[in-house]
Amino acid sequence: MTVLSVTNLSVVKRDRLLFENINFDVERGTLLYVKGQNGAGKTSLLRVLAGLVEPDSGEVHFCQQDIKDYRENYYQHLVYFGHKLGINLTLSALENLEFWCKQHQVTISVDTIFCTLAKLNLVGLEDIPVANLSAGQQRRVALARFWFKQDAKLWILDEPFTALDTQGIELLSKQITQFLSIGGSVVVTSHQALRLDYPTDEITLEYRI
Amino acid sequence: MAALMAILKRDLALAYRQRAELMQPMLFFILVISLFPLGVGPEPKTLQLIGPGVIWVAAILSSLLGLERLFRDDFEDGSLEQLMLSSTSLPAAALVKVLAHWLTSILPLIVLSPLLALFLHLSEPMYWALLKTLLLGTPLLSLIGAIAVGLTVGLNRGGVLLALLLLPVFIPLLIFATSAVESASMQLQYSAQLAIIGAMFLFSLALAPFAIAYALRVSQT
Repeated sequence: MTVLSVTNLSVVKRDRLLFENINFDVERGTLLYVKGQNGAGKTSLLRVLAGLVEPDSGEVHFCQQDIKDYRENYYQHLVYFGHKLGINLTLSALENLEFWCKQHQVTISVDTIFCTLAKLNLVGLEDIPVANLSAGQQRRVALARFWFKQDAKLWILDEPFTALDTQGIELLSKQITQFLSIGGSVVVTSHQALRLDYPTDEITLEYRI
Repeated sequence: MAALMAILKRDLALAYRQRAELMQPMLFFILVISLFPLGVGPEPKTLQLIGPGVIWVAAILSSLLGLERLFRDDFEDGSLEQLMLSSTSLPAAALVKVLAHWLTSILPLIVLSPLLALFLHLSEPMYWALLKTLLLGTPLLSLIGAIAVGLTVGLNRGGVLLALLLLPVFIPLLIFATSAVESASMQLQYSAQLAIIGAMFLFSLALAPFAIAYALRVSQT
């Protein structure tokens, strides 16, 4: 089953054509690895896929429905992880995650949040403002989302491995593989080589002048 | 609904933790108004004449000072992105954020206003009229202000642009509000002015949430 299908997508940013008429499908249980140099338009592509930015032409369909018309349904099944972490620095990790879960209509117990934070090596840091954590730890707090949304069908990850240590990378890779094995789909960009024992589809964006 | 309550709770908690930042517009408000009697002289007649205008101008300017807080942090740390990517309706979420903003940064000004009305020698009917115009008019400042903040949040240093965008829009409000207080000073009816301010408020309450949501989406580009 096709989870995400992209037809004739073009995006122009500041008078520069980033990509033109690209087409691809993301099937259930597959991983799409978006490659390209800095400035090739990977982040822009992912933001278009998430519906944050309107493409200049072309359409994105989620489960055969145009994401513009069925936003709510799409967002119930999407987890997006971008350059900006979406974590408020004044609030604690626990408050941030509780808020995120309520926002995304995910019912979850505080215990589960504690367990997940423990899994992410953040024991004892649950209650202090996120601003006091290191960059890698802040990312781990944001990544905890991938353990919460059970009815997600699609994950979009923009450079998820930046600032993570090897143990963190391994943990996230495992979670991604697990999500794929239960039928989820993943779109990811990364400058580090992906170390997943899972077949990956690739798409390369060329840098255009 | 739970999601909207969560936004309100979060924004109130954040405001409490950043109270130093919240104090700035309030201090500005107090300083401006307390300097006027010193600058103009203590003549009650003059003060009564300029009082309503001074309070309203100070309220508008200090609300502009604190307005950027509304979406700036959420935009910069990506919380806004995550909010847009949730199934919570964005106009409703925007309305709740505006409500939280009004409660934390404008309501204190209104609470302070009796004291400041005393500085400016406002009579009791004038004070009640002022209070009513403030209660009806300041939510309008927050609602319309939020549209402009939504539009400028993606720009660096949108502060001056924000003021330029908003001040012309606030002028009618200023005129009707001060004219209501002036009528009250002459023991006249001022329900017409209040009705117009109320109409402007309800109109913006109905439409501004959608405009804010649209502005925020545009700013993501």
